[in-house]
Amino acid sequence: MKDNIRYRKIKNKMFHIFILAITCLAILVLFVLVWDMLSKGLKTLDWQFLTSYPSMFAKKAGILPALVGSIYIILLTILFAVPVGLATAVYLEEYAKDNGFTRFIKINISNLSGTPSIVFGLLGLAIFVKFFGLGRSVIAGALTMALVVLPTVIVSSQEALKAVPQYLRHGSFAMGATKWQTIRKIVIPSALPGVLTGVILAISRALGESAPLLIVGAFSYVAFLPKDIFDSFMTLPIQIYLWIGQPKAEFREIASTGIIVLLILLLGINSIAIFLRNKYQKNID
Amino acid sequence: MITNMKRTVSAVAIAISMTFISACGSTNSGSGLTGTIKIDGSSTVFPITQAVVENFNYANRDVRIPVGVAGTGGGMKKFINGEIDICNASRPITDSEKETAKKNGIEYVEFKVAYDGISVVVNKSNNWINNISTEDLKKVWEPNSKIKKWSDLNPSYPNAEIKLYGPGMDSGTTEYFTEVINGQKMAIRKDYTPSEDDNVLIQGVRGEKYSMGYFGYAFYYENKDDLKVLGISSPNNAVVGPSFDTIKNGTYKPLGRPLFIYVNKKSMEQECIKEFLKYYFEGSKEHITEVGYVPLDDYSAEIAKIK
Repeated sequence: MKDNIRYRKIKNKMFHIFILAITCLAILVLFVLVWDMLSKGLKTLDWQFLTSYPSMFAKKAGILPALVGSIYIILLTILFAVPVGLATAVYLEEYAKDNGFTRFIKINISNLSGTPSIVFGLLGLAIFVKFFGLGRSVIAGALTMALVVLPTVIVSSQEALKAVPQYLRHGSFAMGATKWQTIRKIVIPSALPGVLTGVILAISRALGESAPLLIVGAFSYVAFLPKDIFDSFMTLPIQIYLWIGQPKAEFREIASTGIIVLLILLLGINSIAIFLRNKYQKNID
Repeated sequence: MITNMKRTVSAVAIAISMTFISACGSTNSGSGLTGTIKIDGSSTVFPITQAVVENFNYANRDVRIPVGVAGTGGGMKKFINGEIDICNASRPITDSEKETAKKNGIEYVEFKVAYDGISVVVNKSNNWINNISTEDLKKVWEPNSKIKKWSDLNPSYPNAEIKLYGPGMDSGTTEYFTEVINGQKMAIRKDYTPSEDDNVLIQGVRGEKYSMGYFGYAFYYENKDDLKVLGISSPNNAVVGPSFDTIKNGTYKPLGRPLFIYVNKKSMEQECIKEFLKYYFEGSKEHITEVGYVPLDDYSAEIAKIK
């Protein structure tokens, strides 16, 4: 009996160590990536790099159009994707009857979230660039990226709405509120932290995508800032990709610097979203 | 709670838009010239156009000039559709493209900008080969070529597989190369690694010992330390390698060729394009030699075409 207990305790410990080792391996990989990026790119990260335009000389080249283009596109993407995604989730969770048609829509949305983003790029090229005649512009890029992140936003919002306890809705109806009043004032604010989680995931994906924007935007040399949403653009992942492709080693160094800027931008925008999410979490609790 | 939410969201939005607006407005322009010039097309001509645009922008900050690299064929498709103002081209416009342009009501002007010599390169570590004949090149690159190893071409060459790199189907370089070496435009074997991005080709040849590639001279010139260029011999000419002089005096045959830009006549009515073109032909001889191509001796004929 005692041996059995000892044996089980050892197995328990071994499993514990095994799990810890795997976690450390994952963190080690992340650490190596960050170290590699910082050691190659940190020395060229300065104000000149952040405010200059790309150039055929690596020393003069800078990331300003790519940075501004990325920010422009991500803001517009969120502007399109979040209202449409939230409205779709509200319809699916609050209004739609649970029949075959609704289930069909839900399955399709789940499938779309796994579709490779280049498919959306081709779709964006056909619809936004050619059919609507928007050309290779910021707005075409943002609409395409909104399509890419829309399934993620819808699914997260659906989960958030499902998690709102029914007694909140019932209490609101008991007070005489209509369904729309209940949704607008009780359900959505309550679900906001979950929706913001979806927004964070959407931002992280949209900032890093290069394939669909390469198809829709596709200029290799952009040395100006977009003056409006119909202007051409450059984004951080595309600029990094172009620099890495250059044979000269100095361009690969500034590509690492570009990666650092991209990660800082990502962390910055995500921090804002996490801050907002924590705020509304507190308001609810 | 709602007013709090509104307040935070608007504060964040204002903060972001302020950084954006200040980034937009802070540049000082120089000249008062404004406008947009969309350029796309040949990856061979791209280094010249990029150098010209970069220097033109020092004095004319407000002229926005995005440049794409879709290949001569890809750029021409956009140009004859009226989507871009200028097309970089490493081969002249074809008859079918002329027809489509006419159908779409697009009138254009052809400008010659420089001379190039398509360079055939191999990996730097290969010291068993210095030249290649056009007949051998044809044997390697023709459609359905039987040549898989270097020794298939010549028994004294190594018994190793040839890895081939070249521009793809949208490239004017491929069109010219196939016309001159294989005898027919775009007739080329299907099993090589194609890329419109010459940098990919350079990295490919640099990384593989038994590889061969071809692209514009500027790309070899910028990477001389990493690549080995082969001299070309043809039935009526002795071996000649590409260099500034051999391209200039026309002895680098048959792979020497002119480079063009095609400008939409309607776009040329804009002031910013006229100034840009004037700068292209007056101010850029050093830029052209800097990137590795050969400028024309005299650009006055081209400048006269700017109206």
